[in-house]
Amino acid sequence: MSRIPNDTPPHRAGLLDRRWFLKSGLRWSAVAAAAPALALADDALPTTRSPGQPFSNYGQPSPQENRTIRWISANRAVTGNGVSWTPLHDLEGIITPSGLHFERHHNGVPQIDASQHRLAIHGLVKQPLGFSIEHLLRYPMQSRICFVECGGNSNSSWNAEPLQTRAGYLHGLASNSEWTGVPLKLLLDEAGVDPEAEWLVLEAADAIAMNVSLPLAKARHDCLLALYQNGERLRPENGYPLRLIVPGWEGVLNVKWLSRIELAREPVMSRNETGRYTELQPNGRARQFTFVMDVKSLITSPSPGQSLPERGLYPIKGLAWSGHGRIRKVEVSADGGKTWRSAELQGPVLPTSFTRFRIPWVWDGRPAVLQSRATDETGRVQPTRAALVAERGRAGYFHYHAIVSWQVDEDGELHHVYA
Amino acid sequence: MSTPDALRWRTHRAVFAAALACLLASSAWAASQPTAAVPRLGQPLSSGDLAKLPPSIFPDGRGLPIGRGTAREGAAIYDAQCAACHGPKGTGGSGGHLIGDGAITGPDPDPATNTYWPYATTLFDFNRRAMPMTAPGSLTADQTYAVTAYLLNLGGIIGADAELNERTLPQVRMPNRDGFDWIDVPGKRRR
Repeated sequence: MSRIPNDTPPHRAGLLDRRWFLKSGLRWSAVAAAAPALALADDALPTTRSPGQPFSNYGQPSPQENRTIRWISANRAVTGNGVSWTPLHDLEGIITPSGLHFERHHNGVPQIDASQHRLAIHGLVKQPLGFSIEHLLRYPMQSRICFVECGGNSNSSWNAEPLQTRAGYLHGLASNSEWTGVPLKLLLDEAGVDPEAEWLVLEAADAIAMNVSLPLAKARHDCLLALYQNGERLRPENGYPLRLIVPGWEGVLNVKWLSRIELAREPVMSRNETGRYTELQPNGRARQFTFVMDVKSLITSPSPGQSLPERGLYPIKGLAWSGHGRIRKVEVSADGGKTWRSAELQGPVLPTSFTRFRIPWVWDGRPAVLQSRATDETGRVQPTRAALVAERGRAGYFHYHAIVSWQVDEDGELHHVYA
Repeated sequence: MSTPDALRWRTHRAVFAAALACLLASSAWAASQPTAAVPRLGQPLSSGDLAKLPPSIFPDGRGLPIGRGTAREGAAIYDAQCAACHGPKGTGGSGGHLIGDGAITGPDPDPATNTYWPYATTLFDFNRRAMPMTAPGSLTADQTYAVTAYLLNLGGIIGADAELNERTLPQVRMPNRDGFDWIDVPGKRRR
C-alpha cells in the first residue's frame, strides 16, 4: 500500500482533502518512488531513428485507442432506430469528441445536400421566410459550451436490478460540445412573431420527419441554430447541416436536420411529446413537457469495467451537470453515502455544461461504495435512487437522475449497485 | 472594373454601414442589440411555397388531409405494411406493441396507443409521417385514415365500420386524453 503522510488531513472513508494532490506533490513523488521502477530502454527510442508517418488531411485517434467507441444499441429490424452511447468512462475533461457524441436516431442518418437544404419559418408570423444554409452562415453567431442529454438517458437504472456494464453505456446518452450558430431569436424577429404565438413546432428532414413542440419563450431566450460543433461543421449524425440547440433541455428538442419551424398557439401533440418522452407515474398520471434535465452526476473513474490493481491512492473523477444552471458543489462518498466530502470542481464551471470534478481517495483494500452527489446553483440536489423511485415509481422511463453507486470489491473489481 | 455602378453602390453601402456602426457604438444600447447587424436574408415564402410544406396536424384537426377510411379497410393495409414489426393485431414485435388491455396505473403498467396516447390525431400523424419505416410517408391519406381506424378499432375505441375522415378523426376521444400534467410550462395546465 502506498504510504500516506502523517500530516494528511482527517479523511472520510479514504477520501482526502480535494487539494491534497496539489499540496503534497513532493511527498506523493516520494510515495511513487517506492514502487518498482519502470525499466527504461537501453538503446535510443526507435521512433527517434527513422522518419515518422506523413501528414494527414484529417487526424484520427491512435489505433491503440480503438476501444474508445460509441456503444450501439439499435432495433434489430430497423437498424437506423436506436441509440449509441458516449464512452464517458474513457474520456477526460468536459468536451466530448464530436465522433463520440451520443446518437439517437429514429430512422437513420439522412444524407443531406447542404446547398439544397432550407429552413422554413411560418405559421403565426408576419412574413413566412425561407433560409438557405449559405445565407445562415452570414448571420451573427454565438458559441456555447453545453450538454445535450437524451430524456431517456440512464433509463436502465429504473430496472429492479442494476445493469452491469460500463458507466458510459448506462449514462452516456449525454455529451458536451461547443456549439456555434445563429441565435434563433434573430430569425424569429426577422419573420415577425404574432403575439398570439406561444409555441414552435420543430420538424426535421429525417425519415420520420421528426417533430416536436418548444415553448416560444425558451426559443427566444437562448436557443441556437447550430451549424458548427467543436469548431467544425456539424457531422451528419449530429444534424448536418443544421440543428437546434436548446441549452439544458431534453435532447429530443434539440432537433437535428432542422427544416421547418411553425409558430402556433399550442403544442402540436406529436408522438414524441405524448406517447413517448412523457413519464407515467404509479397513480396513472403522466408527466408531460418535462423539459429541463435535472441536476445529475456520476463517477467516471474508477467505474465498472475498471479495476484497482492494489491498495493505495487513486483519483476519483467524474462529471456533473444541470439543466437549471451551473454546478455549485459535488460531494463524493466512499462509504455508500454515510459520509461525504466536497470534490474539486475544475473550471470553467459553465451553466448547462458538463463540469469535471476530482477528489483523491485512498483505497484500503476493503469493500467500498463510491457515490457522487451534485448540487446546482438553484440549490437542487441530486436525489438518492430510493427517493426518486419513491416519488415517481419505476415505469416513467425518462428523466432518471439519481445518485449512481459503484461497489468496489475486495479484489479491486467495480460493479454497479443500488445503494 | 466592368461594373462601376455596382462597385460604387458597394462603396456607398460600406460608408453607410461604417457610419451606422459608429452611431450605434456610441450608445450603450448598441452593445446589447446585436440585431443591428442582422443581414435579413430570409426569402419570403409564397402561398405556393407554404402549400408544399408538410402540415402540422393538431388535436383539433387542423392540418389533416382530405380523405377517409374504416377499420375494415385498414386491416389488410395493417397486415401488409405494419404487422412485420408490430405483430398481428398490434400485439407486438421488433417495433413494440401498439394495443394493450392492461392498466396504466400501479408499479408495472402497460401503456399502449389505445390506453395511453391522448389524441387520435397523433396516431394518424405518426402513421403518416413515419410509417412504415422502410418507406415512410408512402401511405396515401385514405390508407392512413383506414389503418388508423383499424388501430382505434383494435383498441375498442371506434367500431369496425366507423368512417374516419378529416372531420370525424378529431372528434374521437381517447380514454387517457386528460391523463397528462404539464411540468415545465409556466401557467399552463400545471399539476
